[in-house]
Amino acid sequence: MIARKDLVLEFRTRTAFLSAAVFTALVLTVFNFGRDPTAVPTLDLAPSILWVTFTFAAMLAFNRAFQLELENDALDALLVSPISRSSLYLAKFVANCVFVGVVECVGLPLFVLFFDVPVWGVLAPLAGVIALATVGFVAVGTLFSAMVIRTRFAELMLPVLLLPFLIPPLVGAVQVTAALLAGRPLSEVTGWLRLLAAYDIVFLALAAVLFPTTVNE
Amino acid sequence: MLRAEGLRHTFGSVRALDGISFTLSAGQTLVLFGPNGSGKTTLLRVLAGLIRPLEGYAAVTGGRRAVGWIGHQSHLYGHLTVRENLRFWAALYDVPAAQREARAGELLHRLGVADRADVPVRVLSRGLTQRVTIARALMHDPSVLLLDEPFTGLDLAAAAQFRALLAELTGAGRIVVLATHNVDEGVELATDVAFQARGRFVHFAPRGTRGAGDIADAYRLAVVGA
Amino acid sequence: MTLAQRGRWVTLVGLILLAGVYVRALAFTPTEATQGLAQKIYYIHVPAAVWAEMSMIFIGLASVFFLFLKDPRLDRFAEASAQVGVIFALVVLTTGPIWGKPIWGTWWTWDARLTLTLLLFFIYLGYLVLRGAITDPGLRARYAAVIGICGLVLVPFIHFSVLMFRTLHPQPIVLKPSAPSLPGVMLVTLLFSFGVFTILYIGFVMQTYAIAVANETQVDG
Repeated sequence: MIARKDLVLEFRTRTAFLSAAVFTALVLTVFNFGRDPTAVPTLDLAPSILWVTFTFAAMLAFNRAFQLELENDALDALLVSPISRSSLYLAKFVANCVFVGVVECVGLPLFVLFFDVPVWGVLAPLAGVIALATVGFVAVGTLFSAMVIRTRFAELMLPVLLLPFLIPPLVGAVQVTAALLAGRPLSEVTGWLRLLAAYDIVFLALAAVLFPTTVNE
Repeated sequence: MLRAEGLRHTFGSVRALDGISFTLSAGQTLVLFGPNGSGKTTLLRVLAGLIRPLEGYAAVTGGRRAVGWIGHQSHLYGHLTVRENLRFWAALYDVPAAQREARAGELLHRLGVADRADVPVRVLSRGLTQRVTIARALMHDPSVLLLDEPFTGLDLAAAAQFRALLAELTGAGRIVVLATHNVDEGVELATDVAFQARGRFVHFAPRGTRGAGDIADAYRLAVVGA
Repeated sequence: MTLAQRGRWVTLVGLILLAGVYVRALAFTPTEATQGLAQKIYYIHVPAAVWAEMSMIFIGLASVFFLFLKDPRLDRFAEASAQVGVIFALVVLTTGPIWGKPIWGTWWTWDARLTLTLLLFFIYLGYLVLRGAITDPGLRARYAAVIGICGLVLVPFIHFSVLMFRTLHPQPIVLKPSAPSLPGVMLVTLLFSFGVFTILYIGFVMQTYAIAVANETQVDG
């Protein structure tokens, strides 16, 4: 039943997705022109740039997801339906993951292209880390966007609220990405990987538990 | 069966529900009249399970699966077509896949929008959207219908079609609670009539044989006097 | 005495004792050998940092209880704790650079305490801004509680990330933002300061809480 809701969301996010993809491409371009290739070795900054870009693209996704429900107040009808609140959260979570995932699939190749980073050998673990961190982002982002959407200045409120919570997984993601791109073995960064995994589990569970509070009256 | 018992609810300092209790059984249609701000919407939302009342409780036999809801907005997804919307809502209520198309087609036909089935909802006019909203609420064949001003936007023909549909449904044993501020709209359908003002029922009685005019008079008396 | 008056008394006592801390720190506590006079800020900096974090923990706990008990007093307490917490965080973030510049030569460093406090500061800001953006008190309390609980849960994660970050980028020996092992006299001053900040926290929270109550009755009446 969650998958069904998902499908629907995919249909609708047709238009939103395009703008997110373009946004990602633009941000990466801006970063590319903003740096001086001789000043700082690219490999040092590249992971940060990648993840900052992903973070901001993800925020776009989050805002859209619940906005769609509020348009004609479909949310009310969803709440009246037999679907449990937690299922609703998971459905939104999965949909957001897919959305952000697709954006990342667009962004990563562009990133490799612009910054000329050696990605081929570590593609699989890199994809793994991206997935791991994304789960954490989306878990918290989905919860917060459900709240923020009913306030004024929603687009501004979400980053203000969300970014502090994304810093631990962001730092972890950057560290692991940096290690991978520098050719270091994963065993060096197991601490960060454990942090990312713990963050994912804890916050996904917490968000699923807290979500009903945000939609019930 | 639908039961409400001692419902009280406040929003901040506004008392929206101030002690409402009643029971409805199969085949009854309760038409709720009341001015804006009398708490009709709040009552319906409590019955639907959207609001947990501060005091009292409301219960519908069959749970959320048995409830069909029409609120103030269309509850439709603008970018999807009419058919896609209906299919989605039917799936949400576990209507078997085989039945979905047939049911959608039938309802759209009854409400006069069959020819717009593959049009995105956002291009439809207010009245047409409302017809689709009604279809949406009925897709899963609910045994209890909670309708908040459902005639809004409907032209005379559509209103008549809808009334016919409702009559059929209550004849088959459904329970309907219909809130409106327009006396003409639901009066013939009503088995019971309630006037709500400032969160409480100032009148609750079977309609009997009274017509719209009588009801309107009684309403004015009851509400003005309250 | 009303809550506000009691709060004012407590705060007054706290402030007087704070002055006492200054006196003790400046006159009666020996100056630290390597860091000089600037190190005295430490007696304000550390307790403020501890209480900035404690405020968040209290918000988190109050939020959990609020969601179960629905008592609006818990929500008011959380709000008061946030308002006080953000001020304490600000104290840490300003005293940190003031301490840091003469000793390390830079205004800012990503040490454990400052990083944690910076993130806490942002969470407090977000919390207060969110509260400000919602007019319906029921909704506001519920949303704030959600953020409060998330904030509480985030604190250990921040600690761990900072810990790992620092082992990755070990600070040069001269940069030693954490407490040097303290000789007795300094320890006493520090503990005294902790006590004072505790009193200040309580006093400020009482006053802020009382203001919140006054605002609410004004709106209703």
